[in-house]
Amino acid sequence: MRILNRIFGRRRRYDDLSVSIDEHIDFRTEELMDDGMPRTQAEQTARREFGNTALIAQRSREQWQWPALESILIDLSLVFRRLRKSPGFAAAVLLTLAIGIGANTAVFSVVNSVLIRPLPYPEPEQLVALHLNAPGAAGLAEFRDELRLSASMYLTFVAHNRAFQAVGVWQAGTSSITGLAKPEQVNTALVSDGILQTLGVPATEGQWLTAADQDAHGARRVMLGYGYWQRRFGGDPHVVGRTIEVDGQPREIAGVMPRGFKLVSYDFDLIVPLAFDKTNQSLAGFGYRGIARLRPGVTMADADHDVARLLNVWMDSWTNGPGTNPHFYLQWKIAPALLPLKAQVVGSVGSVLWAVMGTIGVVMLIVCTNVANLLLVRADARQQELAVRSALGAGRWRIARELLMESVTLGLMGGVAGVGVAYAGLRLLTAIGPANLPRLSEISLDASSIAFALGVAVFAGLLFGSIPVLRYARSRNSALLLGTARTASASRQRQRGRNILVVAQVAMALVLLVSAVLMIRTFIALRGVDAGFAAPASLQIMRISIPDALAPNPLSVVQMQAQIQQRLAALPGVASVGFTAAVPMSGAEPAWNQIFAEGKVEPSDNLPMRLFNYVGPGYLRTAGTRLMAGREFTWDEVYGMRPVGMVSESLAREMWGSAGAAIGQHFKEFPSEPWYQVVGVVQDVRENGVDQVSPATVYWAPLQHDMYGPGVAGARRTVYFALRTSRAGRQQLIGEMERAVWQVNPNLPLASIQTMQEIYDESMARTSFTLVMLAMAGSMALALGVLGIYGVISYAVAQRRREIGIRMALGANRGELAWMFVRSALTLAGVGTALGLAAAAAAAQLMRTLLFGISPLDPLTFAVVPVALLLAAALASYLPARRTAAVDPVEALRAE
Amino acid sequence: MAKNPAHRDLFPGALELMILQSLRLKPMHGYALVKHIKQVSGQLLQVEEGSLYPALQRMLREGWLEAEAGVSAKGRPTRIYRLTSAGLKHLEAEVVSFEKMFAGITRVLAVAGA
Repeated sequence: MRILNRIFGRRRRYDDLSVSIDEHIDFRTEELMDDGMPRTQAEQTARREFGNTALIAQRSREQWQWPALESILIDLSLVFRRLRKSPGFAAAVLLTLAIGIGANTAVFSVVNSVLIRPLPYPEPEQLVALHLNAPGAAGLAEFRDELRLSASMYLTFVAHNRAFQAVGVWQAGTSSITGLAKPEQVNTALVSDGILQTLGVPATEGQWLTAADQDAHGARRVMLGYGYWQRRFGGDPHVVGRTIEVDGQPREIAGVMPRGFKLVSYDFDLIVPLAFDKTNQSLAGFGYRGIARLRPGVTMADADHDVARLLNVWMDSWTNGPGTNPHFYLQWKIAPALLPLKAQVVGSVGSVLWAVMGTIGVVMLIVCTNVANLLLVRADARQQELAVRSALGAGRWRIARELLMESVTLGLMGGVAGVGVAYAGLRLLTAIGPANLPRLSEISLDASSIAFALGVAVFAGLLFGSIPVLRYARSRNSALLLGTARTASASRQRQRGRNILVVAQVAMALVLLVSAVLMIRTFIALRGVDAGFAAPASLQIMRISIPDALAPNPLSVVQMQAQIQQRLAALPGVASVGFTAAVPMSGAEPAWNQIFAEGKVEPSDNLPMRLFNYVGPGYLRTAGTRLMAGREFTWDEVYGMRPVGMVSESLAREMWGSAGAAIGQHFKEFPSEPWYQVVGVVQDVRENGVDQVSPATVYWAPLQHDMYGPGVAGARRTVYFALRTSRAGRQQLIGEMERAVWQVNPNLPLASIQTMQEIYDESMARTSFTLVMLAMAGSMALALGVLGIYGVISYAVAQRRREIGIRMALGANRGELAWMFVRSALTLAGVGTALGLAAAAAAAQLMRTLLFGISPLDPLTFAVVPVALLLAAALASYLPARRTAAVDPVEALRAE
Repeated sequence: MAKNPAHRDLFPGALELMILQSLRLKPMHGYALVKHIKQVSGQLLQVEEGSLYPALQRMLREGWLEAEAGVSAKGRPTRIYRLTSAGLKHLEAEVVSFEKMFAGITRVLAVAGA
């Protein structure tokens, strides 16, 4: 209350005070007049005796104030007044700062959400991904950087581990849900026991799946994901206990997982128990991802050690069937390389994000140098004022405080605007960011982002404010009072600070531009890769799974697929249709195994692994995948289960020397099978993305002999249909496709409806995201750098008007004078470029993993960018330098 | 505002003490206070205006004084300072502590002079 009184009663107190002082002087004046002094003299004497009224009033008023705080407020109001007086300067500085700080804050928010914040599970530091390396598995090792787990490994780990509180394996899949509304395909997480225990997040409704659910012959229950629960059941809590039909099989709903729960980074609709048959497993079948929760006190190295031991137990405990060698896998050199779960979730995106954070940080430095430059110019203009104040006894700190106050105020105002920019930027970033960016849904502008923005703002304010401070606060040089106006030109020393800033700017801009151009070249190189399909925009893709309940045997599955193909082909505007077990870049990998070529003696039994794909007749033609030799399968061959196959070009070369030579050759997967004849050689397809190597691939017909001998057929129940049509992606076509499929069977859901272009763009998302970010950073840097050069040269021209006038009066050529300024700009830019080239070479090495098809020291990039930058510098300096021509020597000399 | 070298600085609290004591006799305005102290001390003490007005504001802030609006004989607005009960209490406490201090100083000086 007293404080409030003190503040709000102040006005009255001040009035009282001035009345009191006036009254004092009046009384004294009257007294003196009574002594016979004339009025004017008496008044003067009374005032002189009283002393400095303003000062005494100020001292008295201070009794009601907090002097330190209020003098800062006065300084602040001065800062604002000065900014209002130069709105152009204020707007330019605030805009650059807002963009700089905003961009930094946005990227920081992403880095913080994705890379820094812990995973949303209890005690996340105990969670590990069971990552295994198998450098000896030829074929597989080049194509993928890990070996996934098999069911038998999981069973061994559960029974014998010492390092884990809980361990489990899982796999992503899809299931058809029928009996609710229209048939629907949902994303399922197939989990073993131990997965939910490892992650440790309780169900929001009902219960977890239990060990009983994992019995191959026991209860059959499922859990719902939160999104699916909301979408399909309206969040009804009574859903627990209800039964739904999953792939034609009734399953009871055991519980619902809470909002935001993901299985590692997988957002599922349904959790289905894997329910391994414990007695009937082989060593192979490496298709599961493993996660585990470490026991307290167990380190990563301990766990690695334990898993290495378990792998030996695993090979001792299981077999791949009679007559096979269980220790064959020793040749694969399987070794554990356990990772913190977060490292697996984040994956390769870490390097992209750090690269983006780094470039944005450099942009911020350029922003700071630019603002520092503007502040230097302003401080120059106030030089005389500052010198006078310092001569009158203003302390160094007093002047420094005022200069810093101005820069920090600018920084903070920019920071506040920057938070707004960051908010907008984040929405943009999540829109253009890679769709497969992990933890995308967790990205938010939280308190730490705002703290970061304000921290950057204050730091930037001190940084660009300290440069004029270092220059002027210490200058007690009374020579300045005499007026620099008399000297012919600005001193060299005054120009030097700005020159250094320009050199730094040019160097940083060059680094960013080189990085951006390297990314553009990478992008072009990727676009140039023949990925193994043609005209992806007119290729419509969708996926259909046919459950046991709808087609009990493999033959009926393929017949149903053939019928769907016919119906789709009859749709208007559809040129051709085909189906396959995996379209490129979709992430589907039907199978891996070895093959044997007829008449070749293999040096060892550790043959390279080959990717297996299954294609129906007409698929390759539809997708535009070229045949290097031979032909596709025919329907007669499919239904007749003829022993024919196709191989990829690289595989044909490896095994038989050339594509042509492979036609008519024979191979098989298992000794018990008949020999398969090569009827076609397919171009190499970039299955895992354009920047990844094409795996050696074997193409089988959709209906095959099973591994246990001829006569037992197998079919692919999940296949992708590809339609070649100019109407790809249209909603109308999708409706027609649905009706066509439902004419064959009304219980079949359509899934993954995308054009090939969309799949392709997604696989390029990482590169295009990096490209867009670097291009934006690079163009900002270029613009700021050019602006910096322009500013310095035009300031120099303005400062040296008199000198120019003298030179012209003495007969200097106008063109030569302009060239003098351009030359000085080019010198600065040249020094900056030289420094920048060295830095860019280092930065490019750091970017190596993001590049494709070009060297980090790409000669073209490193030649073109500096030249372009120097040209921009020449132009930026020529514009102000041209103004020398407008200088009238008479006027310039008379000006003073 | 140059100080008269004939007059030494007052020690802390002395000015306040004298103001309080003067106002105890009767409420006064600023100039009257200056004159009063000068007269009563027989010209030995001179109150600087530069110290008086800040001191008055400080004492107003502490609640020892009140400022009252009035009108002078010539019809000009004036401010009369009046002692509050808190001010009286403070004065009495101060007088006691000053007396003790003077007694102490006097004794020490007496011993040193002997």
